[in-house]
Amino acid sequence: MTLVLLAIGVLVATGVAALPVRCGTRAGTVTAAGAVGAATLVVGPALRAMLGASLPGIKRVWSVPLGTFSLGIDALTGVFLLIIVTIGALGAVYGVPYLTRTAPGRRLGVPWCMYNLLLASMLVVVTARDGVLFLVAWEVMSLASFFLVTFDDRTEEVREAGWTYLLATHIGTAFLLAMFLLIAEGGPLSLEAQVVRPTPLASVAFVLALVGFGTKAGFWPLHVWLPQAHPAAPSHVSAVMSGVMLKMGVYGLLRVLPLLGPPAVWWGWVLVGVGAVSGVGGVLFALAQHDLKRLLAYHSVENLGLIALGLGLGTLGLASNLPVMAALGFAGALLHVVNHAIFKSLLFFGAGAVVAATGTRDLDQLAGLGRRMPVTARTFLVGSAAISGLPPLNGFVSELLIFLAALAGISERTAGVVAPAAAVLAALGLIGGLAAACFAKAYGVSFLGEPRQPLAAHDPAPPMRRVMVLLAALCALIGLGGAWVVPGLTAAVATLVRVPFLELQPVLGGDVGRILAAVGALGAFFWVLVLVLLRLRKAVLGEREVGASPTWDCGYAAPSPRMQYTASSFAQPLVELFRGVLHTHHDVAPPHGIFPRTARLATETPEVVEVGFLRPLFAAIARLAQRLHVLQHGRVQLYVLYLALALLALLVWQLGGGW
Amino acid sequence: MGWEIDPILVTLVLVNLLLLGGSRLVTCIRLVAVQGVLLGILALLVQVGWSPTRAVLLAGGSVLLKGVVFPRLLSRALRGAEIRREMEPYVGYTPSVLLGLAMLALTVWVSSRLTLPLPAASHLLVPVALFTTLTGLFLIVARRKAITQVLGYLVLENGIVTFGIALSHEAPLSVELGVLLDVFVAILVMGIIVHNIREDFDHIDTDRLASLKD
Repeated sequence: MTLVLLAIGVLVATGVAALPVRCGTRAGTVTAAGAVGAATLVVGPALRAMLGASLPGIKRVWSVPLGTFSLGIDALTGVFLLIIVTIGALGAVYGVPYLTRTAPGRRLGVPWCMYNLLLASMLVVVTARDGVLFLVAWEVMSLASFFLVTFDDRTEEVREAGWTYLLATHIGTAFLLAMFLLIAEGGPLSLEAQVVRPTPLASVAFVLALVGFGTKAGFWPLHVWLPQAHPAAPSHVSAVMSGVMLKMGVYGLLRVLPLLGPPAVWWGWVLVGVGAVSGVGGVLFALAQHDLKRLLAYHSVENLGLIALGLGLGTLGLASNLPVMAALGFAGALLHVVNHAIFKSLLFFGAGAVVAATGTRDLDQLAGLGRRMPVTARTFLVGSAAISGLPPLNGFVSELLIFLAALAGISERTAGVVAPAAAVLAALGLIGGLAAACFAKAYGVSFLGEPRQPLAAHDPAPPMRRVMVLLAALCALIGLGGAWVVPGLTAAVATLVRVPFLELQPVLGGDVGRILAAVGALGAFFWVLVLVLLRLRKAVLGEREVGASPTWDCGYAAPSPRMQYTASSFAQPLVELFRGVLHTHHDVAPPHGIFPRTARLATETPEVVEVGFLRPLFAAIARLAQRLHVLQHGRVQLYVLYLALALLALLVWQLGGGW
Repeated sequence: MGWEIDPILVTLVLVNLLLLGGSRLVTCIRLVAVQGVLLGILALLVQVGWSPTRAVLLAGGSVLLKGVVFPRLLSRALRGAEIRREMEPYVGYTPSVLLGLAMLALTVWVSSRLTLPLPAASHLLVPVALFTTLTGLFLIVARRKAITQVLGYLVLENGIVTFGIALSHEAPLSVELGVLLDVFVAILVMGIIVHNIREDFDHIDTDRLASLKD
């Protein structure tokens, strides 16, 4: 615990030290050094806690009303600590050269300080064992990330994204505040896992928690800020926000659920429903996007949906007294938290490399980057396969666990378990297929083919390359070593399932372990096959000349690179299939005549929740608020009168015995 | 020792009522000055626990600022603004005095219900302090000219100081000095603002500021 506190101190100190630094690169180096230092400090205790060691916490009297300064580490905290510091440190290392290239000559003291503050506040969020401390850290996290989202604040779009994010996060916090007040019953609230207090209002608290944490996690339909904020932020910030900060919402749910006492069955249904809608909705909207980072943002919605599916199955298992299903569901959700942190940050780093090299995020402008940016292309391919849940990578392992949980549920006899489990299976299948299609689009369109216009792109600076390679290697390693990784989560799952550690070990180690070992072996075989084929290709092609020639052009004499598939045209059949959901706007000027002069097509897929629901809602609120405008008349005297009357009324009320 | 300070407290109440009923700005400024001097004497009489030099210094500083410096500043602003009377107040003078009496009754009732951590030096001290505070607030609310608002602010401040005298027999010197400095700066700034508003708009009616709202 002392090490974690020390790490928080290092993060804040280096962040503050970077503030006055004039040179952007140097400010980044200072904070990145701090982030890496903090990571080395935290990794040890985090791993030990994750494997089930009990580490002492810290408890101090705090002058804040109802609050105690109480920190602790358990296995669940350990898992999240690990992803915070790993992705945080890698993001900082990546960010230094990235910002040097994309924002040359800017003073970066404040953004870098906010970056470290974000990491430090997330460390406090996952270690806090007191409701007030948790909320304070939560707010610091939200504000620090707000300042990071608005990094490029000279752009109108970015400012708007920032406001949307700020509004969303505060609405979320409002729900959390209400939830904490409710379960604390007005008193101080300890978040220790041992304190289980069954309140009759648990279901209300569950809904409040789901909305509050779901806003941060980006569950449908609370995800509206995500597709705006992620493209707006610099890529390393998007990586940390999407890979790590969204997970704080998941962490919050996992931390609070045990406090609410034994769960009701319908909580599981709700979580499964939210997960299925987020997953399918996220991937469908991702399919219709042609901004690379916006696409990735929608995939975050999808993946958080997958995590919610796992949580839903876990809760369902708890509520119906099926510990195997519960353990598998929670294990799948937790592993997917880790996996998504790895491959989503990898993909955002790849997107950042593309942005840094080409200056655009528009997929319709990109093509043929693979030959010019081989490292980025290969790591992006690994990330794409992983996020689509393809073996032998890590996404497959976590989705497999969720599948297994659903299969465990479907073999039960009660309809309340079988129906949601079947729904999970269907949703997982649909999501997996659509995600693969979407990443075939994202990868194929941007990295394969020939450039549409002359292009001088090349791989990014060595630190950025190394970060991407490392993350890709992690994807492959977890994919191969699922049989070792999953038992590592046993302790964390045990705190959630409320079953002793030793009872759970055979569940995640036995049959599941054998399945995962088989997956690992097949994966290893796949990699060997890939290596052999590569060697074979080299041997066969080694002596010969390799050239490029046009594809068969159906007799058309003058093909040009502009005639390749674009992202929009590739996705068109699927987008058309789901147009009932997507409401894509087509702006078409079709070609006329035998020698058409101009033709045009532009598509845009607006955020359906935002346009269809939130905008009218906020417009209505604004109209209502307009009525209150009478009170704001600009007369100073009357303002003072309001104050004086309110104070007097309070005084009289208080002294009159509060009648 | 109530007999020593009661006359001063009664005078304070009378000054407040006069302020509520007075329309001539010069008179009002002088009344506030008198109030400042009375407060200084009051502090001197009540704070028996203090070392004499400290009490004298503090009371002297207070009297000097509130009795001499502020009135000078305000008079100069008044001369610059070339106005003499508060015309068309939001609440007329006679209703103001009547409301003042009502406030006095209210404060006496309030202080009878109020439990204080320490016994006050006189049973009149707390109601007078509250009444002075309310009078200040009332002046701010019910008057139009910027200069009367400044006076209201000063009276409000005097009320708070009286309350402090009533409550804290051991008020830290730094706090008192800080409050004095605060008021000093406020008066200075307000004097300048009054001057500038007049320069630009040819009047100092605060209700015209309403056009500045969004």
